[in-house]
Amino acid sequence: MTGSRIAALVGNPNAGKSALFNALTGARQKIANYPGVTVERKAGRIVLPTGEPMDLIDLPGAYSFDPTSPDEEVTRKVVHGQFAGEATPEVLVVVLDAANLEQHLVFAQEVIALGRPTVVALNMVDLAERDGLVLDPAALASSLGVPVVPTVAVRRRGIAELIDAIARAEARVEPGEPHERPHLTLPERRLAATNIAKAAILSETTERRLHAGLDKVLLHPWIGPLILFAFLFVVFQAVFAWATPFADALEALIAAISDWVVATFPGGILRDFVTQGVLAGVGSVVVFLPQIVILFAFILAMEASGYMARAAFLMDRMMQSVGLSGRSFIPLLSSFACAIPGIMATRSIADPKDRLTTILIAPLMTCSARLPVYAVIIAAFIPQVKVGPSGFAFIGLQGLVLFALYVAGIVGAMAVALVLRRSVTKGAASGFIMELPRYQLPHLGDLLIGLWQRAWVFLRRAGTIIFTVTVVLWILLSFPRAEPGQSQVDASIAGQLSKGLAVVVEPIGFNRDIALALIPAMAAREVAVSSLATTYAVDAPEDDEAATEAGLASQLSSRWSLPTALAFLAWFVFAPQCLSTIAVVRRETNGWKWPMFMLGYLFALAYIFAGLTYWTAVALGL
Amino acid sequence: MHEFSIDNELQLARASGTSRLVTLEALARGASARIVSVDWDRFAPDEGARLRALGIDEGACVGMAHRGVFGGRDPLAITVGRMTVAVRRVHAAAMEVEPL
Repeated sequence: MTGSRIAALVGNPNAGKSALFNALTGARQKIANYPGVTVERKAGRIVLPTGEPMDLIDLPGAYSFDPTSPDEEVTRKVVHGQFAGEATPEVLVVVLDAANLEQHLVFAQEVIALGRPTVVALNMVDLAERDGLVLDPAALASSLGVPVVPTVAVRRRGIAELIDAIARAEARVEPGEPHERPHLTLPERRLAATNIAKAAILSETTERRLHAGLDKVLLHPWIGPLILFAFLFVVFQAVFAWATPFADALEALIAAISDWVVATFPGGILRDFVTQGVLAGVGSVVVFLPQIVILFAFILAMEASGYMARAAFLMDRMMQSVGLSGRSFIPLLSSFACAIPGIMATRSIADPKDRLTTILIAPLMTCSARLPVYAVIIAAFIPQVKVGPSGFAFIGLQGLVLFALYVAGIVGAMAVALVLRRSVTKGAASGFIMELPRYQLPHLGDLLIGLWQRAWVFLRRAGTIIFTVTVVLWILLSFPRAEPGQSQVDASIAGQLSKGLAVVVEPIGFNRDIALALIPAMAAREVAVSSLATTYAVDAPEDDEAATEAGLASQLSSRWSLPTALAFLAWFVFAPQCLSTIAVVRRETNGWKWPMFMLGYLFALAYIFAGLTYWTAVALGL
Repeated sequence: MHEFSIDNELQLARASGTSRLVTLEALARGASARIVSVDWDRFAPDEGARLRALGIDEGACVGMAHRGVFGGRDPLAITVGRMTVAVRRVHAAAMEVEPL
């Protein structure tokens, strides 16, 4: 609490609140959770014309003060000043979608009826005009009894006027008038909304050519799904192809730093720590930043343009067959980048059983942290040949194996959802009720703010958890120092520890180096690669830094058998090796029960499928 | 409170044998209709409240914008005012409408 005055944005979902919030506050935003609930709190600051600063919070979208979701509950409590630790907002800014006045005025009336200083932002007036709807803000202001400012948040229009109106907003409770007006029922408010909206319309044509035309194609029963799958194919291509130059550049940069450290500082334990521990470990994770940024760029653009809701619509039938709904599609798609934002995105799923099921299967989506593992193993063991029917051998075998691993994750997730919905998360079949917002061109600045926030979360993770784990692992691997003639790995503490685990994983074809890599990879999957790299680097001849990264594939192919490598891949399709995910599941489900359940079932599946893969491969003589 | 917005015309339609009434689920693509009655018991309480908050309630005028994807033609896209809302067929089947 800074002590300054607070204004709050209130409004229906899809009224353009987030874009308006970005336009008002710029990129300086603080994002946290409301205490005790998993609802995001977005706060920023505006500067009034007098130069006085004012805090602005973006409340979750709500359809009424009669809450049907945790989001709406937070909005109701904060507006009414009943949320512990949260100051009552002094000015309420009601955000209305100009083209959906009739619907949005229902909740707006509830807010205005509180009698507190209120300003209405008549947002997205440009889209309304595109749809042939011309509104009179003055008429709306006189019916509602509060100032109305037309805005186009994504084009940054009407922002100064809105700030001006916020500064001048006053309470409208006359002396002697009761504080709350008589409570209207929902049908009464809806009738009033219709009349107020009608009075504010200057001219209206029913043409909605762009919106309806796009939907005719994008929601077409046959063409729509084809376009969606084609689009998703492009997304995944982009994630792999476009990111490569950036990832290569990052890798070269890290190698250059490592070389510079080796050249500049005298050899010794400290230099080894920096090059073999910090740079090899953290570096192997940071190179995935370009892929994460590209995937999120697509996801954010899909959300901002309105296509994400169409994707959910198209996927609902398929999700329904495993007991979920189209709403689960968005979190699961995000989980391909990282399960953490995916699990947090499940908050938009109203049904608790649906939400829990989605959380439990989200880690099965192949997240970008598995890519380093897959990439290294595939490069080392799968020959770079083209396969296909004779004469048409154009499918790369390596790409095919990678694709199969993605499919294995998806099929596994669907099968698990099917089983869970019939056992652990059994309940009434949930429905699918979702507004399909109008299409609009996303604002580049808004996309960049979103991208930056996600990239920052990832980098902070790399800088904290992964850094710590890599350092601890390096220490465990480097001490006690080996006797001459003895392998450093064998002598180390970690080497001793892994002997115990090796007994457990031996039946599924894992050697001791793998057991050693699995321990730190509990923190994050990609650590498996960096710890294998560290293991073989520590084990490698003196000052052979080149072997750290580039030589890992050749090290692996000389030390592992093909069945072992395949089993290792199968293991990572299922294994829940990510501390951050477990922590997020604990937070989102308010307890240890579900994260423990998730750990248990995923490790069981990982063990079984790695074993099946190994035994099958051995039986086939691979 | 759900009885509120049913106008006289509809009460007449109901009284005169309700021959024109169909379920929303049966409405053809591009057709519009007025919701006459909703069997709210077939919805989870939250879902009913959500639909009403979106303006899909007795007395509302709705249109059938899209009928799902191949294999089941589920869900449906319903227009209400200038808003488009996705609804499952099972839910649409719980609503009785009078085609306009």
